[in-house]
Amino acid sequence: MAEKNPKGVRLNDCDPAFKFQVAAEPGGEGITACFACAACSARCPLAEHAAGFDPRRLIRLTLLGRRQEVLSAPELWICASCYACQETCPQQVRFTEVVTAIRNLAARQGQRPPSAEAILRLLARHGRLLEVDEFANDRRREMGLPLVKEHSEPFRQILGITGDELDPKSAEK
Amino acid sequence: MSPRPPKKALLFLGCTVPVRSLNYELSARKVAAALGIEMGDRPDFGCCGFPLKSIDRANATVIAARALAQAGQDRQPLVALCAACAGFLAETAHRLDNDPLGRRTVNQRLAPLGLRYRTGVKVRHFVRFILEEVGLDEIRKRFTRPLAGFAFAPHYGCHFLRPSEVWGGFDDPDDPASLARIIEATGAASLDYPSLKDCCGGGVLGIDESLAGRLAGVKLLDLADRDVTALVLVCPFCNVMYEGQQRSIIRKLDKDFAIPVIYLTQLLGLAMGFSPDDLGFRLNRIKPKGLLRSFAE
Repeated sequence: MAEKNPKGVRLNDCDPAFKFQVAAEPGGEGITACFACAACSARCPLAEHAAGFDPRRLIRLTLLGRRQEVLSAPELWICASCYACQETCPQQVRFTEVVTAIRNLAARQGQRPPSAEAILRLLARHGRLLEVDEFANDRRREMGLPLVKEHSEPFRQILGITGDELDPKSAEK
Repeated sequence: MSPRPPKKALLFLGCTVPVRSLNYELSARKVAAALGIEMGDRPDFGCCGFPLKSIDRANATVIAARALAQAGQDRQPLVALCAACAGFLAETAHRLDNDPLGRRTVNQRLAPLGLRYRTGVKVRHFVRFILEEVGLDEIRKRFTRPLAGFAFAPHYGCHFLRPSEVWGGFDDPDDPASLARIIEATGAASLDYPSLKDCCGGGVLGIDESLAGRLAGVKLLDLADRDVTALVLVCPFCNVMYEGQQRSIIRKLDKDFAIPVIYLTQLLGLAMGFSPDDLGFRLNRIKPKGLLRSFAE
């Protein structure tokens, strides 16, 4: 997160519209219902193993309007989508969905983890995360399983990625 | 037993199963056939869209809706072997069925692909499908090889049970019992253990491998001192963590042990009398040797 401010949070640095922007995203609707009970943080298996990851903290920072601090926080990408918090929340905040909404906002302003580029490239190239090459189909044939084909064109259309963008030469520039 | 028309379903393989979990797919197909289920395939299925949800939910939803629309064309329920595929497809159907405006937006995006999602496509995980459509009593009737004397640790994972608002009362996420009931029906013991409900960590593997390993390590350590024949999975991504990464996780813990890992469909297949070869056990990297030896006799 951003460097600690010893004087605390300056209200002028806060963006009161941020929480509404999150709430307007699909899945983000529940954020304003949070009453800070920390049931989510208590049930979060990631909070136990990753120093600094705390669902309630991300919610509070968002409600305070600490826009850049939230959108650029590496912890934003730590949630494993296990839904433990979502099941236990007494306010139906749906943190798993809320964190997805915040991540989508971050991604739209260009802050995505390195894995995001790989996912997009693989989906556009293969229509899948794992390539189905000849070797894969040979193994399937040996085991009597039906062959699998790649259908990447519909994925390129949906993602709006052209063949040129996937050309390794243009990707290296 | 009165003859019944065969149950039909479309098998959604997703990304991981058809490339790196062939033993899961093979055993699931064998079990389905033994239960009188006709599993259809569509060669144009691809990714379910879930991996994209975090960075681009709108497009992830269109990708999931594409699979739902394809299943709708065939008028068949969708059955997935991956808990994340099952979860995201079910969640998307749930959302679109309750949101006419969202459905219209998605259908505008699907139109150039010649597809339209018309609501009502039922999506379930394979294990839930056989429990609900065949039932444990009928499944039990197919068992010819009792597995008494063996003890298995079920791993439910996350998306198999949650979110409950999407899965609608299939099992209790706080006190799950569905997998234990199946294991016990084979005559084997089902282990209840402290880390039973833990997450495998797979969801954060692409962000922080060491963190993902620490999560999976809790369960592996928990099982290390127990008398357990194998850890039993229902998701290929949990397998990436518990089987694929097991050696490196245990090495990082400065320990030396190995926990055999199998898929529930392999366990069902053994109980139904299939041979370990029929069920793809050759591909299990950490094999339950005692169990397989008893089938080699």
